[in-house]
Amino acid sequence: MTPAALLYAVVALPFAGAVLPALLHVRGRTLVGWVAAAAPVAGLLILWFLGSQVFDGGTWRVSVPWMDAIGLYLSFRLDGLALLFCGLIFIIGLLVILYARYYLAADDPFGRLLALLLVFMGAMVGIALSDNLLLTLVFWEATSLSSFLLIGYWSDRPDARQGARMALAVTGMGGLALLAGALLLGDMAGTFEISELVRHGDAIRAHPHYTAALVLILIGAFTKSAQFPFQFWLPNAMAAPTPVSAYLHSATMVKAGVFLLARLWPALSGTDQWFYLVTSTGLVTLVFGAYTALFRHDLKGLLAYSTIAHLGLIVLLLGMNSKMAAVAAVFHIMNHATFKASLFMAAGIIDHEAGTRDMRKIAGLWRYLPHTAVLATVAAAAMAGVPLLNGFLSKEMFFDETLALKRAGTVSWIVPAAVTLASVFSVAYSTRFIHDVFFNGEWKRAGPVPHEPPRWMRIPVEVLVALCLLVGIAPDATVGPMLAVAAGSVVGGALPDYSLAVWHGFNGAVVMSVIATVLGLVLYFGAQRVYDLHAFEGRSPWTGARLYQMVIDWLIAFTRGFTRLTADGRLQRQVALLLLVAIVAGWWSFAQGVPGRSLDRYMPLDGIALIGWLVLAICLVGAVAMHRQRLTALMLVGAVGLMVSATFAWFSAPDLALTQLTVEVATILVLLLALPFLPEATPLESSAPRRLRDAIIALACGFGLGGAAWWMMTTSGATVSAEYVVRSLPQGGGTNVVNVILVDFRGFDTYGEITVLAVAGLGITALLAGASHATRSESGDGPQFRPILFTLLARTMVPLALLLSVYLFLRGHNLPGGGFVAALVTGAALGTLYVAQGVAWSRRHVPIDFTRVMAIGMAIAAATGAGAWLFGRPFLTSAHGYVHLPLVGDLHLSTAALFDLGVYLVVVGVTMLIVTELGRLTPTARPASR
Amino acid sequence: MELLLASAIGLLAAGGTYLCLRARTFPVVLGLTLLSYAVNLFIFAAGGLRIGQPPIVGASLAMSDPLPQALVLTAIVIGFAMTAYLVVLAVRARAETGGDHVDGGA
Repeated sequence: MTPAALLYAVVALPFAGAVLPALLHVRGRTLVGWVAAAAPVAGLLILWFLGSQVFDGGTWRVSVPWMDAIGLYLSFRLDGLALLFCGLIFIIGLLVILYARYYLAADDPFGRLLALLLVFMGAMVGIALSDNLLLTLVFWEATSLSSFLLIGYWSDRPDARQGARMALAVTGMGGLALLAGALLLGDMAGTFEISELVRHGDAIRAHPHYTAALVLILIGAFTKSAQFPFQFWLPNAMAAPTPVSAYLHSATMVKAGVFLLARLWPALSGTDQWFYLVTSTGLVTLVFGAYTALFRHDLKGLLAYSTIAHLGLIVLLLGMNSKMAAVAAVFHIMNHATFKASLFMAAGIIDHEAGTRDMRKIAGLWRYLPHTAVLATVAAAAMAGVPLLNGFLSKEMFFDETLALKRAGTVSWIVPAAVTLASVFSVAYSTRFIHDVFFNGEWKRAGPVPHEPPRWMRIPVEVLVALCLLVGIAPDATVGPMLAVAAGSVVGGALPDYSLAVWHGFNGAVVMSVIATVLGLVLYFGAQRVYDLHAFEGRSPWTGARLYQMVIDWLIAFTRGFTRLTADGRLQRQVALLLLVAIVAGWWSFAQGVPGRSLDRYMPLDGIALIGWLVLAICLVGAVAMHRQRLTALMLVGAVGLMVSATFAWFSAPDLALTQLTVEVATILVLLLALPFLPEATPLESSAPRRLRDAIIALACGFGLGGAAWWMMTTSGATVSAEYVVRSLPQGGGTNVVNVILVDFRGFDTYGEITVLAVAGLGITALLAGASHATRSESGDGPQFRPILFTLLARTMVPLALLLSVYLFLRGHNLPGGGFVAALVTGAALGTLYVAQGVAWSRRHVPIDFTRVMAIGMAIAAATGAGAWLFGRPFLTSAHGYVHLPLVGDLHLSTAALFDLGVYLVVVGVTMLIVTELGRLTPTARPASR
Repeated sequence: MELLLASAIGLLAAGGTYLCLRARTFPVVLGLTLLSYAVNLFIFAAGGLRIGQPPIVGASLAMSDPLPQALVLTAIVIGFAMTAYLVVLAVRARAETGGDHVDGGA
């Protein structure tokens, strides 16, 4: 085993770790917290071990097939970008676990939160490490699902449920688009392995499907990363507990979208479509998010819109088709994760201590929470892009890039202008976050006086804020190497020259920063003074959430209406509609033209066949015309069945003829037994137009099926049967190809079919066992008239029929016969005996529990199939051989015969179960006919 | 001959469909039986028509197509179980609701 195999452990650890908190949650929070922390700690240690090679420019990769045929491999690859993301996921995950230990109220189930967080963590690590696009999608969906559960953690709150549903609907829809895009992309590149795929960038960009695939993939990434116009789910997801928001909505889940864009950057970027779609989305999102954030009164709402804006910023950078911009994007991903996670945690502390997150109700917390205030101020300053903090560095790189952008031609100035505007808002809302909460007057709320949170609850915030400072002051020494390898794996080649110094001299970016800072402060304090920011009520009818709700409402109304229209509970109407759809669909596909070459020779007509046809037609028409006289109709249907059986016999299908004949007997028997429990006659209730309509539908169906049959018989087509025929004797050991196909070549099919039979038998037993006692008699031997001739005949016939069925069974592999036919002969004979003699008599003389017969049959069939496993063969592989016995001669033995015995027993069991169960009902309890 | 079989299949399907659209359970059961005849013959016909050439190795030089026959054979048996299940369902429905209308009730 190579060290690379440890990557499997990195992905599997969080999933495995998720089980423990769920089991141990009763043992106290601290223990559960430690147990949950084990998985990310172990993951970090492994990354530490593998990381040195990544920093030297190498990668680790493992791959085993999962579904080879569709190109799905369990491929994991650790390169710089994956290392960066896994590090973020594990480190911030650890801090969030620690924070959540103190955040949750005493009656919130901590174990469940941790279990879900770890599942989510595993899914995120899977996305980061996956080197197969399809595998990425699997983990992508896993993050959607686990985040649904996390957002809806407080499932008793309607806003949590609504927010969770919305997030799932939007990201799930995006996931579908992404799936389609990924399939297109894999098709274009000829592989789903990402490290292979990105090398085919030129071929992909030149492919005619490029734009379609790009749009689909972008929809997937934009929904996940809350880009305009899909951003609305993120603010609604703020109903999640704050640790979840700090984790999902700052550092991980929403970064999955930009991660994917970065991952596929070498394959997809560089074109005009990429540039315009990605930069415009990023720019609109950036400005929209930053503007909206200023007017949110909810602390987490402000942070949510700020996150949307920062994600827009990253997307904008990735869209610029410049390597330097990609470096800046990666840098900002790191920085945003640190300051935003700490701000969410600070917001959670404020919520905890002040009892509300509404900035209109909080003021002057500085006096009560000085420590938290300092931490929050530093983090907010990083968010605003104040020098000596990490946010400043990536923002300056970002400004530089927008100034360097010449691609948009003469209107290129729009981008730096819009970005500066967004920065003005960014400074303003960052200032608001601090000023509104910690200053802005005195603490006036009633209730307990706020105080600093527990020591350990602040530590995660302190760690993150310290990181903001360290990176901001000494970027090269702290994140320089990490950024270099991470950005290196995005751009896939040599990195452009860049410097992480705090001061680059007086340049355009600095001017933009100064303008943004000054105007931002002016905007916030001006807005405070001139308007009352707290009185602002943002109620636009066109918010995304409202549009979403309209779409959902419309969908529900539409489906309800459609259901009412098509499935109103009246079966006849539904069946008629289904048939009409089938007729139209069948006609339509026939109208498209049918393949195949027409045969020019037909089989000549002969007189016997014509007579048979006439008998069938007369009986059929009679059955339909007289269907209201039930017994007559039943007899006529029986006659039709005999003609069908004759048809099989005539056209070289002896097995089918035998089966149809015996099934016919059994069917008529069962229907006869059931008739006394149904009304004698059918009332005429359909109106004449209704009957005409039904007749038209019926004739159309008949014409369609008959026409298709005609076309099929007169068109030459390839058949796969030749192989079965050739292999039948040497490999199946039988000359009756039909039987060999049933019990050997397609034995698994047959196994499924006898299972269906057994289930039907059990269903019938259950249905009749549950019938009210009025229709049930255990004796079943009422004073009934039994024709003596019938009784005698039945009793004589049974041994003969049993002998015949043994004969049919034994010869089945080579001549017409086999398990099905033999069983039906047995069943028909025994069934006749039951009818002739009554249930009680028959039970005394044939004391067999047919449910057991059925079960034994299933067991024999299953055991025969499983026996092949002992020889290392797939289920139901058959073996056969010849054994020489003295006097008897060569005896042919085959496991297929044993399987056929299972089939025989199941069919006998089911047939007899039906007959006996129906026979036990007594006709004396027959409800009066109406 | 092909036309003869095709028309028989069409007739069976038409009759079965018409009975399936009736309002009472027993005609529906009969209709389904007829429909399964039609469909079984249809699948069987896919193999083409041959006389006197059963799919037994060595019985004759040419051979009818064994695969549709194998498919139809199990379909016949399953059809029987389905018919039985339906008719028992009808009996049970009669016991519960007192009627034999397909929508339940009298």
